[in-house]
Amino acid sequence: MMAEPVRKPDPEPERDFNIVGKPFRRVDGRAKVTGATKFADDLAFPRMVYMRLVRSTVPHALIRSIDLSEAGKVPGVLGFLTGKHFPVPFGILPVSQDEHALCPDKVRFVGDPVVAVAAVTEDAAWEAAYKVKVDYEVLPTIGSVQDALDTPEPRIHDYGDEGNLHKVVSMTFGDVDGGFAEAEEIFEDTVFYEGNTHLPMEQHASVAVPEDDDRITLYSSSQTPHYVHRAIAKVLELPASRVRVVACSNGGGFGGKSDPFNHEIVAAKMALKIGRPVKITLTREEVFYCHRGRHPVMMHVRTGLKKEGDRWKITAQHLKTALDGGAYGSYGVASTYYTGALQTVTYEMPAYKFEGVRTFTNKPPCGPKRGHGTPQPRFAFELHLDKIAGKLGVNPADLRLGMLAHPDTVTANWLRIGSMGLRRCIEAVVEGSGFRERWGKMPEGRGLGLACGSYLCGAGLPIYWNHMPQSGVMLKLDRSGGVAVFCGEAEIGQGSDSILAAMVAEVLGISLSDIRLCVADTDLTPVDLGSYSSRVTLMMGNAAVQAAERAREMIAKAVSDQLEVPVSRLVFAERRVFDAEDPDKGLTFQEAVIAAEARFGTLGTTGSYIPPRSPGKYRGAGVGPSPAYSYSASVIEVEVDSETGLWNPVHVWIAHDIGRSLNPVLVLGQVEGSVYMGLGEVMMEEQDFRRLPKHLSNALVHKFPSMLEYKSPTFLEMPPVTTYLIEDPDPSGPYGAKEVGQGPLLPIMPAVVNAIHDAVGVRIDQTPVHPHMILKALQAKDRRFGPKAFPEVDFGESLLVPTPEQGGDGRAINDYKEKLRSGMRSASGTMMSREEALKQKKVAVLTTGPEGAR
Amino acid sequence: MLRLPPFQFRVAKTLNEAASILVGEGVAEHEDNVRLVAGGTDLWPNMKRRHQKARTVVSLMRVPGLKGIDVNGDIRIGATTILEDIVRNAAVRERYPAFARAVASISSPPLRHMGTIGGNICVDTRCTYYNQTEDWRRSVSYCMKEEGQICWVATSSPRCLAHSASDSAPMLAALAAGVRLVSTEGDRVIPIEKLYKDDGIDYLAKRPEEIVAGVLLTKEASHCRSAFWKLRRRGSIDFAVLSSAVAVWTDKSGVVEKARIYLGAVSSQPVAAQEASDFLVGKALTPEVIAEAARLARKPSYPMDNTDFAPQWRGTMVVKYTEAALREAAGLPVERLGPKHG
Repeated sequence: MMAEPVRKPDPEPERDFNIVGKPFRRVDGRAKVTGATKFADDLAFPRMVYMRLVRSTVPHALIRSIDLSEAGKVPGVLGFLTGKHFPVPFGILPVSQDEHALCPDKVRFVGDPVVAVAAVTEDAAWEAAYKVKVDYEVLPTIGSVQDALDTPEPRIHDYGDEGNLHKVVSMTFGDVDGGFAEAEEIFEDTVFYEGNTHLPMEQHASVAVPEDDDRITLYSSSQTPHYVHRAIAKVLELPASRVRVVACSNGGGFGGKSDPFNHEIVAAKMALKIGRPVKITLTREEVFYCHRGRHPVMMHVRTGLKKEGDRWKITAQHLKTALDGGAYGSYGVASTYYTGALQTVTYEMPAYKFEGVRTFTNKPPCGPKRGHGTPQPRFAFELHLDKIAGKLGVNPADLRLGMLAHPDTVTANWLRIGSMGLRRCIEAVVEGSGFRERWGKMPEGRGLGLACGSYLCGAGLPIYWNHMPQSGVMLKLDRSGGVAVFCGEAEIGQGSDSILAAMVAEVLGISLSDIRLCVADTDLTPVDLGSYSSRVTLMMGNAAVQAAERAREMIAKAVSDQLEVPVSRLVFAERRVFDAEDPDKGLTFQEAVIAAEARFGTLGTTGSYIPPRSPGKYRGAGVGPSPAYSYSASVIEVEVDSETGLWNPVHVWIAHDIGRSLNPVLVLGQVEGSVYMGLGEVMMEEQDFRRLPKHLSNALVHKFPSMLEYKSPTFLEMPPVTTYLIEDPDPSGPYGAKEVGQGPLLPIMPAVVNAIHDAVGVRIDQTPVHPHMILKALQAKDRRFGPKAFPEVDFGESLLVPTPEQGGDGRAINDYKEKLRSGMRSASGTMMSREEALKQKKVAVLTTGPEGAR
Repeated sequence: MLRLPPFQFRVAKTLNEAASILVGEGVAEHEDNVRLVAGGTDLWPNMKRRHQKARTVVSLMRVPGLKGIDVNGDIRIGATTILEDIVRNAAVRERYPAFARAVASISSPPLRHMGTIGGNICVDTRCTYYNQTEDWRRSVSYCMKEEGQICWVATSSPRCLAHSASDSAPMLAALAAGVRLVSTEGDRVIPIEKLYKDDGIDYLAKRPEEIVAGVLLTKEASHCRSAFWKLRRRGSIDFAVLSSAVAVWTDKSGVVEKARIYLGAVSSQPVAAQEASDFLVGKALTPEVIAEAARLARKPSYPMDNTDFAPQWRGTMVVKYTEAALREAAGLPVERLGPKHG
């Protein structure tokens, strides 16, 4: 069965817009540049006090006792909380409710919070925190994926697929063996992508304010106030209606403020306990411990190709990933799936096998960072393709252009592709950079590299299962002529407030200054799931357009009656509602609203958005589907000094398939920001750790939790960027818009290593590319620096899913419940407890390395 | 945010007063009793992270005459002269361009407007096991530089291996600068290289009660060819992971009469590449001679795994960067790719 086309043609390809496509000023721009914006740490309330968390100084231990006696003597101390006050666990995913606001009995990494202290001054809170004494019974430290594979006991958590393996996934789409058998050439690569962190300028801050009737309001730096709301209600065992969460403007998030965090929940509890507003602002070091950043991932990719006419086509791919998850689940189950999910949307891939494992380790938990789980396999795939092109003697651009996935199709793993602008993206950067003329022909030390990528425009499914809208927008209009817009979305710097206002202004033909926004307030605004997965423009945008269209309909009816002009002739533009055939005949927008209010009574409308259902129905099909996919391609020029290994990016050309730019300046900002972040990841950023000599210490610490020593590029390292916006409106997006917050990051890292190869002929199969790696590769026989082997992992029986091409129905044909694995995997989910498993005598048998280290 | 612990803050009006406070507060008994501060860009963060402590802090910033650059004859720079003022001083730039470049490479523009030359000369040695918060250091049971017993950089090392972090010091040493020390006992000038010891903890060779009052650059030092090459990850903000400071005096025919090469950040003090310097004497600065001298410069450096970059690679870079600095000093083309300093 070939999937039927899912796209309708753009109904209004040539229409004039009021505001869409224009470089309007951000609605929050002036406040941001003048310092008027109030971030969470700027808030102050009468009688407010300060809180500090005492964090674990050992990586893995049982808590024997906590001594607060000395700390309690510090003048100004008002109270303490410990793990015993927080028996209820939480976590962002329903399958990973594995965090406690304060550790009740066990700590799992250096930085895990154990005690909270509140005091009248910040100084007193700090002094008291220093005086808290915690006695630990130390457990063995599990510091890496290999450690976790080798050390099933002790378990960091008493749930998960087995031992210290949090999640094990194996999925086979189509006839993979047949695909490899059919291949004329088969290529393999082992690649490592180092972990790194978001590094938002704003450190997380929260203020909890107790109110009458046991109500609590939390102001916080959060990308996901709705999920924080749920977590606080759960842990504090309060009805959700008594908890209000307000997300302040965020000084950057990038995925690092998408989880509910310990400090938010503890601040709420502390405020209720002592009856005063409580503020906590994390130090930079603590932000490194909150983390939830990019997972370090070891990967093995194997791809078969055959020649059809003058083009090479992929016949099958087998990808294996091993994620170092850190101490908690966070989004990790989704991250694991994401390391496999989007391999199929860029190039035709008739058969695909994905196997992934996420391990627990005694390090800060990893989670979603810009690109969530997909930059690592994209890095592997794109450097792999560059090598393949080299071996096949094909220009890397032509290799890709010859195997592009098609618009309006369903992939082997059941993702529905709508508009697909990758061809135009590749053509734009190839032409702009002179790739065809210059690649392979530049002087020693100079090189060009090409890579591509694709990303979601919003996750197709919410984080917890429900049938309700994923975004809601409410409008209130009245005789003032002003429009108040309410939405739960959270501004994290990406410009979501501006898009919300612009969508309403577009439909109603009014100016941005006519609109008052009320956002990210769980008491006052309809639910929007938050600023993650590049979902806001598409989902909130559609909801806003719907709410505004409903308002326009009411206003149009009232104006039509008053002016005796048919509704179909009315135009909403320039803050007026007028007759298209006689533009002088009309009302101001305010007069029009008065007419509507007089006719219909108080005016309010709502809009909401639920993504279309995905055709995939197999277990794991929830990760990857999206209403639309954005595409990007980049060519990067580098200079490399072959005597020192030092290298610089010289110029970046990037094209992004945006569908339609709602505001080209905001889009450019996101593209350039992604380029910058991607360069950081490939140039220098690494969330690195120190494991002290085992015979002397159990310590496992973040190598440098500071902005001085965690290296991230400055302006000086940033090369010029040439951006091409490829517009091909996607009917799923508001006015055809797709995402831009994450996708443009994806091609950057592989484009750089491909360019380094063009410059000096070496392959660096890992990030970040340190100069010593280039020198070592130059001296190596195989001219390569990178990991030697993928760890031996038993992924169990693979889920078998026939592809659309094979006539599948989106379901698996084998029954995972009964026989997927013999290990400790729970049939119903991933939350089987150790006791439960032992009761069933399902003792894990795990294959490890050849030396059988365990 | 990180909080400063409480301490007594004294503002000295004269150098004598500062010296008397040091003695009175017991500087000789323990360094934590009393510390000096100028711009504070080193001390305040260190105290916030609590790996430097002080019962009393004495500011030198109000001492008249300690700030400023005297350009008559030899150049004298007072200890509390702001780094940016040195970078912008026309006489300094003209006579000691490599020194001006070294100072311009220190940290970032905001910190160069706060930090002083005295502070940079005395800047605490650094190590990624030491420049960490109280909580982090507790997590590794501390290190020998503060409160602990072991040097985690090399656990068998009998001494602390923290590295010298000053950019001005190696260049001043190459230029044979003097440093003026003042105490209640009097006043003396010593060659700046004698101010240091190869010990990460006890890295200053002066007596505890002596105050660094200024530096002195001779007229003779302005007659050399000099260069300063600094290696770090980024072109701003970062401390050096290696610097190579060279000064070469040649006769009219271009034959080297005297050479001074000092390396920064690859030991606990600015270290003299003596063999390399000696090798140059009596020879013309040809590419071959320079390459051999650079190779000899590798020996006295011992980069450790206590800062950015792989230590072995930094060792290789000692040769590359010294070669680049010598070539620049000799007026030869330099094709080395380094971070763009800004």
